[in-house]
Amino acid sequence: MVKASAAAQEMEQSLDHPGVQPERPIIEVKGLNFYYGDFKALTDINMTIKRSKVTALIGPSGCGKSTFLRLLNRMNELIAGTRVEGELLFEGINLYDPHVDPVDVRRRVGMVFQKPNPFPKTIYNNVAYGPRLHGLKEAKNLDSIVERSLKSAALWDEVKDILHQSALGLSGGQQQRLCIARAIAMSPEVLLMDEPTSALDPIATSRIEELVKELKQSYTVIIVTHNMQQAARVSDETAFFYMGRLVEMGATEGIFTKPQKEQTEHYITGRFG
Amino acid sequence: MSRHSLASRHFSQNLAFAVFRLIMLTVLAALGGILIYVFIHGISAISWEFLTAEPTNSMTAGGIFPAIMGTLYLTVGAIVVALPLGVAAAIYLSEYATDGRALRVVRLGIQNLAGVPSVVFGLFGLALFVGYFHLGISIAAGSLTLGLLILPTVIGASEEALRQVPSTFREASLGLGATRWQTIRKVVLPAALPGILTGSILGIGRAAGETAPIMFTAATFYTVGLPRSPLDEVMALPYHIYVLATAGTHIEQTRSLQYGTVLVLISMVLGLSLVAIIIRTRMRKTKQW
Repeated sequence: MVKASAAAQEMEQSLDHPGVQPERPIIEVKGLNFYYGDFKALTDINMTIKRSKVTALIGPSGCGKSTFLRLLNRMNELIAGTRVEGELLFEGINLYDPHVDPVDVRRRVGMVFQKPNPFPKTIYNNVAYGPRLHGLKEAKNLDSIVERSLKSAALWDEVKDILHQSALGLSGGQQQRLCIARAIAMSPEVLLMDEPTSALDPIATSRIEELVKELKQSYTVIIVTHNMQQAARVSDETAFFYMGRLVEMGATEGIFTKPQKEQTEHYITGRFG
Repeated sequence: MSRHSLASRHFSQNLAFAVFRLIMLTVLAALGGILIYVFIHGISAISWEFLTAEPTNSMTAGGIFPAIMGTLYLTVGAIVVALPLGVAAAIYLSEYATDGRALRVVRLGIQNLAGVPSVVFGLFGLALFVGYFHLGISIAAGSLTLGLLILPTVIGASEEALRQVPSTFREASLGLGATRWQTIRKVVLPAALPGILTGSILGIGRAAGETAPIMFTAATFYTVGLPRSPLDEVMALPYHIYVLATAGTHIEQTRSLQYGTVLVLISMVLGLSLVAIIIRTRMRKTKQW
């Protein structure tokens, strides 16, 4: 265990009391730069993300929106040669403080990936994976977490009789909802979604979108999407990224009806991207 | 496209296929020839008694049961030595080590270890395990030596199997707040296990037939009864064949026993390979990523 610094202590304290100070934005980004080796992927990002809202990150391929998303649970540092400058405050704690353990961050900031990636385990064991990691062993508790998570992910009715069959037998859309259930079984405070519907058919996509709207009651959701209709349908706030910069951010309705910047307007009206 | 050139392209395709077929048949013929030859000459020696009794009359009669058991002990011993070491090394190489000069040196070392002649392993085992560690000529010393011999194979197979586990599994696990070690233990290793086992068993099958590594470290010409502890020396099939065929005083007389022993050894090695193939087939059926 690392020497308890002020930041780490605060991290643990707020672990015990999640959801304090509802007015304060859950995430604040200040002067953030990010590099892959010599390549500067993100430049001077400043933004705040509101609690219990859905924030959509949009922009053309390569604009840095996925990179930004993966900074929020420190997944980028799995890639060698990456570097972060600036501050990324989560509940007031800089996630990149040297005393902050990325494992703690990822317990509080869950992630759903572009392609459904269930483990080659049973449906039950996929959902119970996270809670078990953190020492939960009692079958009764696990059962209730699995049931609650699958219900929250709108998958329970479809899988309640096949909980002990392989998750790989599910359809793509079911697998993605399973991945959402797996993430929320950890009761994270923030749920990151990296183009969660890009590998799914329209029906599966609309089910996930419905789900996202429900999830914001309990979680702060940040979703990267290529699909502007999707951003307009599911999000409260929208941030438009272009060439590694945050061009514009605001209420989704405003961004899509009265964008302030020309680049944003060009993108949402389909002139590029 | 004219008819003529189409025909000529068909011809050259057929010619190429014919050449490949011929080459493949040659390879199969070599394997088949050996198997058939050994089978024809050895089958007459095989009997229940041959498989379950001890040798009698100065090896000219009786069975080879102690040698079968000895080879089994040595093979299992080699697995016990090489599997944990090899898998651990592969995990380090593929999951933890960062690319660099040190890693390249280690890999080069492992590749070279695979190229060391087996007799050198035998002498090394004699010096280190038999001599320095005072294990004597024993199952323990032989297992350690065979284990080292197959270590590069096990490392290679394990690394390959680990590499085939999709990185999305690792991301999913780390994203749920698992540590790297938890991710390896609970997700990566279980997914890689069939591949690790398949590759390792194939390597071990090869080691089971080796003579040189065990002749200085474990094997003996004749024991009374079966070994009682890992520190006892054993009879082993490859060494038994070697002695009967070269060193005995009744080489002609024991010819059919030699073939019988060879047949038993080959069957055991092929049996091991068959197990590996079955594991691999079942793995392919269940694997869907």
